[in-house]
Amino acid sequence: MIRVQIPYHLRTLAGVEGEVTLDVAAPVTIRSVLDALESRYPMLQGTIREHGTLARRPFLRFFACEEDMSLASPDARLPAAVAEGREPFLIIGAIAGGD
Amino acid sequence: MSSVRVLVGTRKGAFILESDGKRKDWKVSGPHFAGWEIYHMKGSPVDPDRIYASQTSGWFGQLLQASTDGGKTWFQPGVNPEDAKPAFPPQNKSNKFVYDSSAETGKPLTTHQWYDGSQHPWEFKRVWHIEPSLTEAKTVYAGVEDAAIFRSTDGGESWQELPGLRGHGTGPDWQPGAGGMCLHTIILDPSNSERMYIAISAAGAYRTDDGGKSWKPINKGLVSDFMPNPTGEVGHCVHHIAMHPSRPTTLFMQKHWHVMRSDDAGDKWTKISGNLPTDFGFCIDVHAHEPETLYVVPIKSDSLHFPIDGKLQVFRSRSGGNEWEPLTKGLPQQDCYVNVLRDAMAVDTVDECGVYFGTTGGQVYCSADGGDSWNAIVHDLPAVLSVEVQTLA
Repeated sequence: MIRVQIPYHLRTLAGVEGEVTLDVAAPVTIRSVLDALESRYPMLQGTIREHGTLARRPFLRFFACEEDMSLASPDARLPAAVAEGREPFLIIGAIAGGD
Repeated sequence: MSSVRVLVGTRKGAFILESDGKRKDWKVSGPHFAGWEIYHMKGSPVDPDRIYASQTSGWFGQLLQASTDGGKTWFQPGVNPEDAKPAFPPQNKSNKFVYDSSAETGKPLTTHQWYDGSQHPWEFKRVWHIEPSLTEAKTVYAGVEDAAIFRSTDGGESWQELPGLRGHGTGPDWQPGAGGMCLHTIILDPSNSERMYIAISAAGAYRTDDGGKSWKPINKGLVSDFMPNPTGEVGHCVHHIAMHPSRPTTLFMQKHWHVMRSDDAGDKWTKISGNLPTDFGFCIDVHAHEPETLYVVPIKSDSLHFPIDGKLQVFRSRSGGNEWEPLTKGLPQQDCYVNVLRDAMAVDTVDECGVYFGTTGGQVYCSADGGDSWNAIVHDLPAVLSVEVQTLA
């Protein structure tokens, strides 16, 4: 079971509280986790990755085990602690100023 | 007695304001989609309880929401949140606005002018304006940034570009205004289902007479001093256009500077700024029962986006332009430095026409007497991006 933490507004959109848990077959990668997340919560499609290109939206970043995975290949394997559910995969919105 | 439902899009969510035909006592609901920018909401003329909303965010991109119960509950078309069964590949297309560059039906993705004069690729950013069909409840148009028009015929579940506009050939001369290169105005001709008008900042106005397959620029008579050729065919920063449904070939325009009118479906425009204290502004609208009665909110200048001398004034012309009178009763006449954005004015069709506008200071004002006097329905919403009103039986 993979644990995923998503930003407040996406939790609201998906109607979930706290962490999301997903079944993801090995190998566990950024792509396979996001595929599973969007499959389980289709209302999130296009909000984390652009439609079509599936590129990460620029104001979001991915972290695993305190490592910034944002620029890693989508097919990069996530750390064992994430794949085994001991640590969450984090999708974090940029801390931006303004209103 | 009629009732009215005012749909207010703001920087931090959507609000719905409801009243009876007296428009004195109001019920306010919201924020819907709290924390998200709601660029525009509009209900279907065919099925008024079917409302579409453009929900957008710099972080999470574009979403499309719909309601079939007058805004009490909302859903993303094509997504059933109760459906726990995984469905891969994903099928949610309600927020999938992809330019049609296919060889079969599309137009190549070209470039447009960037702020520094260089060419920049077309990139989808958000939906600025939603225009439901006059005849089909599930058909709806969307004006987007970077400028293009999309259509859905399934209630917003999926969208297809009408690529003839973007592919008109003048795209390399289009350029973004300060708010982005947005298609912000869509007007459907009630007498001719094949005719539509659109406006883009900063490209100008365009018209189709074949249901969106082909488009022609309708900017003759416009003068924009910031352009290398001030009377050029395209490049004008049109802020908004309004039309009275009984006279679909007469159009009124608030341009970056200048208030204009056309009586031949946009083929030629003439200036009607007349005695306005400034003819810069964003919004413009037409009285529901008097097709020669217009409303604008003059803004000091392109550099100073607030009313003159801190006095919020709506100006009304009862002569189709040129002769304008200030309407101030009930509006702040000192220390007021708000703006009224292009899609933030609307009129109802109650016997005594109601006029509404929202401000960047979070007020939504209503006049239940055609503009003679005003009351703030709400004072402290987030900055108002859009106002639409539905007159309900």
